[in-house]
Amino acid sequence: MSTFLDALAGFLPSDRLRIGAMERHLYSHDASNLSEEPIAVCFPESADEVRRIVEACVAHDRPFVARGSGTGLTGGATPAPGSVVISTVRMNRVLEIDEVTRTAWVEPGVLNLDLSRRVAEFGRPHGLHFAPDPSSQQSCSIGGNVANNSGGPHCLSDGVTTAHVLAIDVVLPDASTARLGGTAAEIPGYDLRGVFVGSEGMFGVAVAVLVRLTQNPSHVSTMLIDFVDVADGADTVSAIIADGMVPAALEMMDRLCIAAVEEYVHAGLPVDAAAVLLVETTGDAARVAADSRRIGEIALAHRARHVRVAADDAERALLWKGRKSAFGAVARIAPNYYLHDTVVPRHRLTEVLAGVYEIAERHRLMVMNVFHAGDGNLHPILVFDRREDGVMDRVHAAGEEIVRLSVECGGVLSGEHGIGLEKRDLMPLLFDDHDLRAQELLRSVFDPGRLANPGKVLPTAASCGDLQSVPEGSWI
Amino acid sequence: MRAFADEIGESGSVSIVGRGTTGPHGTGRVVRAPSGIMEVRADEMTIRCRAGTPLAEVTAALAAVGQRVALPSGDGTVGGALARGRSDVHRLGRGPVRDTLLGAVWVDHRGCLVAGGGPTVKNVSGFDLPRLMVGAWGTLGVLAEVVLRTNPLPRAEGWFRRPCRDRSALVAIQLASYRPSSLLWDGSDVWLHAEGHPDDLAVLAEQWATVHGPPEIPSGVRTSLDPHLAVTCVESNETDDRRVVEVGVGVVHSTRPLGAPFVPPSLDQRVVDLCRRVKETFDPDDRFNPGVDVLRLAK
Repeated sequence: MSTFLDALAGFLPSDRLRIGAMERHLYSHDASNLSEEPIAVCFPESADEVRRIVEACVAHDRPFVARGSGTGLTGGATPAPGSVVISTVRMNRVLEIDEVTRTAWVEPGVLNLDLSRRVAEFGRPHGLHFAPDPSSQQSCSIGGNVANNSGGPHCLSDGVTTAHVLAIDVVLPDASTARLGGTAAEIPGYDLRGVFVGSEGMFGVAVAVLVRLTQNPSHVSTMLIDFVDVADGADTVSAIIADGMVPAALEMMDRLCIAAVEEYVHAGLPVDAAAVLLVETTGDAARVAADSRRIGEIALAHRARHVRVAADDAERALLWKGRKSAFGAVARIAPNYYLHDTVVPRHRLTEVLAGVYEIAERHRLMVMNVFHAGDGNLHPILVFDRREDGVMDRVHAAGEEIVRLSVECGGVLSGEHGIGLEKRDLMPLLFDDHDLRAQELLRSVFDPGRLANPGKVLPTAASCGDLQSVPEGSWI
Repeated sequence: MRAFADEIGESGSVSIVGRGTTGPHGTGRVVRAPSGIMEVRADEMTIRCRAGTPLAEVTAALAAVGQRVALPSGDGTVGGALARGRSDVHRLGRGPVRDTLLGAVWVDHRGCLVAGGGPTVKNVSGFDLPRLMVGAWGTLGVLAEVVLRTNPLPRAEGWFRRPCRDRSALVAIQLASYRPSSLLWDGSDVWLHAEGHPDDLAVLAEQWATVHGPPEIPSGVRTSLDPHLAVTCVESNETDDRRVVEVGVGVVHSTRPLGAPFVPPSLDQRVVDLCRRVKETFDPDDRFNPGVDVLRLAK
């Protein structure tokens, strides 16, 4: 190993090549608790340094994992045994902004919200932003968004990350470099850019990303609608879409979550409601007014109690703060929580939600729901105190049942968190051997040597047997 | 589906043909994907159909529930439009063809049915394999069934025109226009297509001339360039060949091929290598559309 570390030390100063116990521990996991200590953590400052790190890994047959801000929830950035972590935090420059074509070249360590703030003054009179807005947008990075094909509340109308990435400069797992995609809209050859997005770090390391920027809307209307029955809220969601409207965002919170959030942010949420919908419409003036009015009518026809329209930007910000602070608020209820992520067909939301409540009750767990209802992306949060005897077994069992229920109802394993380690061994619920073989073949195109973030996503015989088998009780 | 997979079988070259509206297909045994719409779900914003379904049939079925899909119109099939991967002049606002494909089932080189993606509008379960099939010209497998993302039809839509002779005026229009679905420029006039509420379109009509449709789009050559270069291509046009550029997208329509410097950048060798490896990996016996090389075809 020392020869390998010497090779890295040949071009990385000691403050950017960390091998101490503290750093190795800090970088042993992402926001999940699936952990494995790396042998070193590198902090490159340029694409060429990334290339040289990967080159050293190839020469010494060392696996590596690229890491943005470590906000992932599935162990996607948890190192495989013996890995080097390539942290992109010091590659955080916005390289170029083109307000006419509404694009920007950015380094992978640029934080999602920083990018939107940075480009807000460009492209006037409207101003610009980066549309994918995960709840972690204050801290997650663009490189991580690319790896996970991240979503967010406003992806309902504008699409997830893949729709906002035009080109990626990558260091491939054999240390060669390539530009996937480009500034031209249609490029000969296969859509390598498209398959790289969402590949969870297994196809190489993104060292620069050409993102598409979106115009800020001239008009915005944000509504909070409350219901005494969760089913009415869920049915309202389907009715809005079926009526021919795609709101910019369509979010839902259930009773326990409303109470936790209200206590946390004091947004004036109706704590006696069974569910609230947060609906945002954007665009030109007449469209926003018409959509808002029609959504209110639909909600009232589905027995909504109140339709509250944010009067100004401050009230809108407060309502959104409530939505985006939900996970922080949950921490006040119990010391531990496990956040799930599945997608179900929108018309089966009511049925799946009822199932989630039943599963939690049967396992004697508290469950809160705060989720992207518009695209059927559920986020049940199991809340518990891990010091309680046997609770982890129940959390584990309930979690798996929720995933299975979602798939049985025509849904998928993940809407935005990805597969990582967490759901790797559940992939056969959705895909048969032929399907998984095809995914493995695609991986082999990019990484025949199996050095880029190995052990994730694909439940191959090799990954199932290694040290990173998902440990019992790791669903926390 | 199984019968279709059996028809393709485990060996022998096959050429995948939709309605024969576009090529090339290579020189193998001709196969046609099954046709038919299986499910239209307006409340899910999805449609599930066989790959051989005519585009017109999909358009009509979606219109009946007030929706549409961002595929080009024409006489071809859904599978053909996806295999080709070319968007129409509304790409600026409606998005590219590739973003419509949520899930797909295709027949691989061993005659096996393979599924990727899924039925929901949001999904990050595994690698995004269906992306590989869009624009692959049928060289990696035969699309059999697809799930597409749909969107509601707008309440109103319309084309508008205004004179625009120079680049700075064009840029001002680009910055001022809020999410048009299309912006076309021929060096003399600019055409804008807007979708939304009738009252919002009425505001536009105060500043623009309302017209019945887009300009005549030169047929024959379609070149995808960097968007700035594409505008330059029209701005500096001193030939008698009419050119229309999709502003903000970079596709130039012309009758004759464009000369240097208005040619797509050459692909870097590593990308070429990866594309070759994709082909060798997914179609090792060169069964699908033999002789068709995606690297030599502009999409």
